[in-house]
Amino acid sequence: MDFTWKIGGAQGEGIDSAGETFALTLSRMGYHVFAHRHYQSLIKGGHTNYKVRVADQPVRHHGDRLDLLVALDGPSITHNLAELRPGGAVLCEPAHAALASARPDVTCWPISFGSVASDLGSAILKNAVALGASAAVLGLSPSSFTGVFRGQFADKGEGVITSNLEAFQRGHAYASEQGWRLVPGLPALPELPRRHLFMSGNDALALGALAAGCRFLAAYPITPATDIMYRLIRYFERFGGAVVQAEDELAAINMAIGAAFAGVRAMTSTSGPGFSLMMEALGLAGIAEIPVVIVDVQRGGPSTGLPTKTEQGDLNEMLYGSHGDIPRIVIAPATVEDCFAYAAEAFNLAERYQTPVIVASDMYLGQSRATVDPLSFQVAAVDRGWLVSNEELAAVGTREYPRYQVTATGISPRTIPGQPGGRYVALGNEHDDRGYEIEDPPTRIAQVQKRARKLDGFRSDVVKNRYVGPQDPDVLLVGWGSTYGPIREAREALQAFGVRAGHLHLGLLSPFPAGEVCPRIAMARRVVVVEQAITGQLAGLLKRHCEAHDRITSCLRYDGVPLLLEDIVRAVREVA
Amino acid sequence: MAVVLEEFKTSVKPTWCPGCGDFGVMNALGRAVASLGIPGHEVVVVSGIGCSGKISQHFGAYGIHTLHGRVLPTATAVKVANRSLTVIAAGGDGDGYGIGVGHLVHAARRNVDITYVVMDNHIYGLTTGQTSPTSDPGMATKTHPRGAFEEPVHPLALAIVSGATFVAQGFSGDVNGLARILAEAIRHPGFALVNVFSPCVTFNKVNTYAWYRESLTSVDGDPDYDPSDRMAALSRIEATRGLVTGILYRSRRPTFESQLPGLGEKPLAVLPAGLSGEDLEDLLAEFE
Ligand SMILES: Cc1ncc(C[n+]2csc(CCOP(=O)(O)OP(=O)(O)O)c2C)c(N)n1
Ligand code: SF4
Repeated sequence: MDFTWKIGGAQGEGIDSAGETFALTLSRMGYHVFAHRHYQSLIKGGHTNYKVRVADQPVRHHGDRLDLLVALDGPSITHNLAELRPGGAVLCEPAHAALASARPDVTCWPISFGSVASDLGSAILKNAVALGASAAVLGLSPSSFTGVFRGQFADKGEGVITSNLEAFQRGHAYASEQGWRLVPGLPALPELPRRHLFMSGNDALALGALAAGCRFLAAYPITPATDIMYRLIRYFERFGGAVVQAEDELAAINMAIGAAFAGVRAMTSTSGPGFSLMMEALGLAGIAEIPVVIVDVQRGGPSTGLPTKTEQGDLNEMLYGSHGDIPRIVIAPATVEDCFAYAAEAFNLAERYQTPVIVASDMYLGQSRATVDPLSFQVAAVDRGWLVSNEELAAVGTREYPRYQVTATGISPRTIPGQPGGRYVALGNEHDDRGYEIEDPPTRIAQVQKRARKLDGFRSDVVKNRYVGPQDPDVLLVGWGSTYGPIREAREALQAFGVRAGHLHLGLLSPFPAGEVCPRIAMARRVVVVEQAITGQLAGLLKRHCEAHDRITSCLRYDGVPLLLEDIVRAVREVA
Repeated sequence: MAVVLEEFKTSVKPTWCPGCGDFGVMNALGRAVASLGIPGHEVVVVSGIGCSGKISQHFGAYGIHTLHGRVLPTATAVKVANRSLTVIAAGGDGDGYGIGVGHLVHAARRNVDITYVVMDNHIYGLTTGQTSPTSDPGMATKTHPRGAFEEPVHPLALAIVSGATFVAQGFSGDVNGLARILAEAIRHPGFALVNVFSPCVTFNKVNTYAWYRESLTSVDGDPDYDPSDRMAALSRIEATRGLVTGILYRSRRPTFESQLPGLGEKPLAVLPAGLSGEDLEDLLAEFE
């Protein structure tokens, strides 16, 4: 059972904070919650909304339909009316009520948020009035919200808290007096309400990095990645570490490379355009074998495309970007919990394989918030790879250390500046084992092959490709990243329609796990690759590695809107 | 144990053309570091791409030979990662004042405690003789057969107005003088730019050793010159059309690293990795 609520208005009207208050309150009550914020690339004005899905079991996406719409302005009704289920309801200003009449199958409850707020002396309190009315309509007592309000406005002082609570009360009282009540409303509380955390993918990613011992971030502001920077600034102040707001992304990644070379677990976070600027340096990290972590929170591309909308269009660049050949690891968290675990693991992989690791997130995953169980610390066990100790260096006793020694595994011993006897040159030119530039063919071949070999034995205990469904499904749904929630629910819905569907979700994209993926594809009658990019980049990757060209079709969405259940169901019905 | 010059020699023979000014720069750097008693494993030479960029391979310290133009961000981060290291950034005029000039402004305003040595030969050496951002107007090159016509970049003035706290110029024909300047630059707590006239004997037939010997004046030993006076520095640079050596400007202001809120005494590179279970619990509480 689930219930969806949405509040919409103009940007700058407090839509976000109202949405968060609602979501956090229900999370604290013990519900599972998923919250998605829709906004535009402008600061004030323009339509924005915040949708919250509340359920009695874990939810992984914001859902196709809507039960209750709270509209602070007219456009919020026009934009969102179609999403309401028959029997759903709208709470709106009396002046906008006529707009809701386009849907005779939904109830419209007019309430003047604006004048109630103005009575209290501040139009900005509109959102609190709206929250109060929502709570009443759902049968929630004002007291359940008090704590969240207090926390949210703690910095702003007692006056702001009191006036918000007062506005909330007024809205609640008004809706109660009218006897408004939405049926069916919220699901019953889970039997054993659990302690939930309510966090975004970006929040979890920053925490995961911190837990892994990341102590350096260089980044240049870009939506939707900047939150990661904000968080690490606060964390590093407390635990040690440096965030450098770089002058551009070229500087950002080169800084991360410099810090990683110097021995710190270092990363940079960005989104599409910034990631493109980093390509040359990605190659440097690959050939110089520097363990740097790069987070790409994708948004709609190309160029500055859709800066505030989600997409998965950077996959090809993550897999193939930068000139020449380098070993690279690309991992894709699918959930908020994954963001924590994968971020932590990224540093282990980077140091274990001494190569860049790209963490592929996207706006939907990075900025949506979900309730999660308290994150497990186990995943963050630190593996720093092959670091040579001072004692070992003393025993070797050379002035020029063979940092790029050719080994059977392709992984070489690493030293850190400051270690006596460990001196070497890290560089982007081809080099011999001590880092001296070379051009002779045998050395070139030995070094290229050494690097290419290092991922042969790739292993990760954390990064997983997930599969659910029968061994030989009629339809195999394949996805990566944030489409996990919609695909998972779509698979269940299809099962209910009698379609034997399976769901394979890739957490590891490079090195491509062919041994795991291709047999699954071979077992399926039809394969539907679900992704948010017009050219079907994941489908292309599968076709490159597995023989299934004639059985693969795509379910695509590239309008910036997160994928919906019905998109997938429709695509499957076309082929099943 | 005394640090000797020998320590900074490597087993690889430099690939510079015989007579290249970069030999002088490398020798001077070795003397400077040795005179300060800093052992090679505590020095990191971060270099750019160009003939000049080879210096990280020829100098017996830890080295990172970065991308074209990206010396300063890389060097900045090495210093932030480990404040106990001596970080020398080095590259050419094309590297630092062409493709990487934006980073110069930012490294200067940050006042990172690194020394940036630019081997300025007024030409692109490694790519065989094109005009560089410091080429004198009128100089004919492969890309400007009728002579360069753009206004040159003025690195010393640019560094001073961008907030650099140590700005000097040397000549690789005067290794002793250059070594003294470099030692001062390394000792200086903050961003130090040392622009070095380092002749390219192969491609630049105008700005030769002889030409520099005739053209250069120095502020060294000038009792009336006050390097803490910013305006005086700028006007001396202007008056000499940049053809002046010595320490032109020197001032004090907190370094970038000293102001980063999360940096303590202990280098980040040796901080224990990870987080305790209690700390994680504490951080998670914020999301309840
Ligand atoms: C991104 C990029 N563009 C171009 C080049 C080619 N390139 C190599 S060195 C160089 C110029 C070097 O000139 P300078 O910095 O003055 O150094 P010099 O060789 O004179 O010491 C260029 C353009 C490159 N390596 N990378
Ligand atoms: S080409 Fe010029 S700069 Fe390069 S090594 Fe030869 S003399 Fe030096």
